[in-house]
Amino acid sequence: MSCDEKVDCGRRRLLVATATVGGVAGVAAAVPFVASMLPSERAKAAGAPVEVDISKLGPGQMMTVEWRGKPVWIINRTKEMLDAMTKIGDQLADPKSDKNMQPEYAKNETRSIKPEILVAVGICTHLGCSPTEKFKTGAESGVDPNWPGGFLCPCHGSTFDLAGRVYKSKPAPDNLEIPPHMYLGDAKLVIGEDKKA
Amino acid sequence: MSKVNAILQGTLNWVDERFPLTSNWKAHLSEYYAPKNFNFWYFFGSLAMLVLVIQIVTGIFLTMHYKPDAALNASGVPVAFASVEYIMRDVSWGWLIRYMHSTGASAFFVVVYLHMFRGLLYGSYRKPRELIWLFGIGIFLCLMGEAFFGYLLPWGQMSFWGAQVIVNLFSAIPLIGPDLSIWLRGDYVVGDATLNRFFAFHVIAMPLVLIGLVGAHIIALHEVGSNNPDGVEIKKKKDANGIPLDGIPFHPYYTVKDIVGVVVFLFVFSIVVFFMPEGGGYFLEYNNFFPADPLVTPPHIAPVWYFTPYYSLLRAVTYPLFGIDAKFWGVVAMGAGTLIFAFLPWLDRSPVKSIRYRGPITKWLLSIWIVGFFILGFLGTKDPAYKFFGFIPGAPVAQLLSLYYFLFFLTMPIWSSLDRCKPEPDRVTTK
Repeated sequence: MSCDEKVDCGRRRLLVATATVGGVAGVAAAVPFVASMLPSERAKAAGAPVEVDISKLGPGQMMTVEWRGKPVWIINRTKEMLDAMTKIGDQLADPKSDKNMQPEYAKNETRSIKPEILVAVGICTHLGCSPTEKFKTGAESGVDPNWPGGFLCPCHGSTFDLAGRVYKSKPAPDNLEIPPHMYLGDAKLVIGEDKKA
Repeated sequence: MSKVNAILQGTLNWVDERFPLTSNWKAHLSEYYAPKNFNFWYFFGSLAMLVLVIQIVTGIFLTMHYKPDAALNASGVPVAFASVEYIMRDVSWGWLIRYMHSTGASAFFVVVYLHMFRGLLYGSYRKPRELIWLFGIGIFLCLMGEAFFGYLLPWGQMSFWGAQVIVNLFSAIPLIGPDLSIWLRGDYVVGDATLNRFFAFHVIAMPLVLIGLVGAHIIALHEVGSNNPDGVEIKKKKDANGIPLDGIPFHPYYTVKDIVGVVVFLFVFSIVVFFMPEGGGYFLEYNNFFPADPLVTPPHIAPVWYFTPYYSLLRAVTYPLFGIDAKFWGVVAMGAGTLIFAFLPWLDRSPVKSIRYRGPITKWLLSIWIVGFFILGFLGTKDPAYKFFGFIPGAPVAQLLSLYYFLFFLTMPIWSSLDRCKPEPDRVTTK
């Protein structure tokens, strides 16, 4: 700021100081409004774990439960399904689940605690649609003549295998999320919690 | 009679001494000189204002019955969804008001797209009208926001999953993305908090901004004066009184002309409202007649028609770049696709404004761009695996056209200055 005779520097300084303080106060006043749009305490408290009985889930079947408002899939994979998954590693973007999309105990070939039971959040990692199950294999699936079974996202065409691993060159960047989960006995599953009881 | 006139004149004088009524009337209507050669393409500005009024009026009456509440009612239907059904079935004339509002949304985009195309044809964004154009882009973005927020309110399947996808677009931004999308939703998933705030944005925040921008758009227009199909400045040739030789007062000449446009528009508008309010699934999508279900995405989801070209741009990007996910670049492509219009005043280096005097390069490239825009829009309504005639895959076509979409703008400084233009006339021409 240059001061010549025409400018009263004392008043100019006072103006600048007042405007600065006023500006800071103005920005500070925006904080409560911006913060009010964050999830409320009630919304934060709503994320309780869910208990599921999977005793009636037969081989090759899938069920969906709601956890934190999201669909969570539980799939009882057959031997054939598991075998088919081992042959497609080179078509997948992250076949070994190197990215942190699952708890440590699900970082394995099948992305699960028990090999046959997959528990995954059924939300596409692209833009959050819920992929559709395409368990039929081959041309019958309508996906691809060599389709080994998996999921197709209806929104932008991402495809996932039966462990929720994403195929290469698809819009979705990551494998499906595996939520924290644990077994309380053989057929009782808890989703959203994995502390060893 | 003269006594009555004297009282009226006296009243007007009383007002004019306290509020600039007569001077504003003159400045914006009776002595606002618009070029005399306006054609068909000049209907859409006033029609956009008409649709704005329709949307505001019908919107006010809809809020009297609508409830932004995602909780389930006694019969297990979300309250918001049920309140829309209530408007359709039980509120007197509610169906008409709602169909006017839903048809108005599509009509708004029809007239605004045509209005923008007029700008492209006649170079209306060129100096000295850059700010009019920028305010216009602001209006366009605001309108997209308004349409998006409004679309969640019926709380149907398409409402829910459309909002889910668009809010998740923000999560693609590196570092702050995931927190930003939670902040926008107000919850970890699209829910009641999201519905309530979208309602607030839709009925208060966005309309206020929109009206402010429309005001700025018109004030800027009346400051520099309207362009015209010849793209020449009428203010360069004035008569002895300083009035442009090729100008005619907006009122009564163009107010009367615009009434013809309004009548034709209302004809078409009424046909849609009364006979095809769903617009074949393009204005009101079939899946939106199911209440929102957070566990199941409908087998085919697509945005409403006016967003589909940008949706195609989003889907066209499928490979990562600079170590950042394809998802982020898709979002960038979509955002850039809407914002790139804002740079037109500085990208266009042609010596002439109007398409009438521009050369073959411009005419060809612009025509291809428009056709491409339509094809992108068409593909955006389709499944990603769609094939033309059953064998030409749509996805690579969309990628090619997306590339062209951007190259058209990015190379415009080169081709627009190379084109062989015809000389502009001194004054506007009329056939």
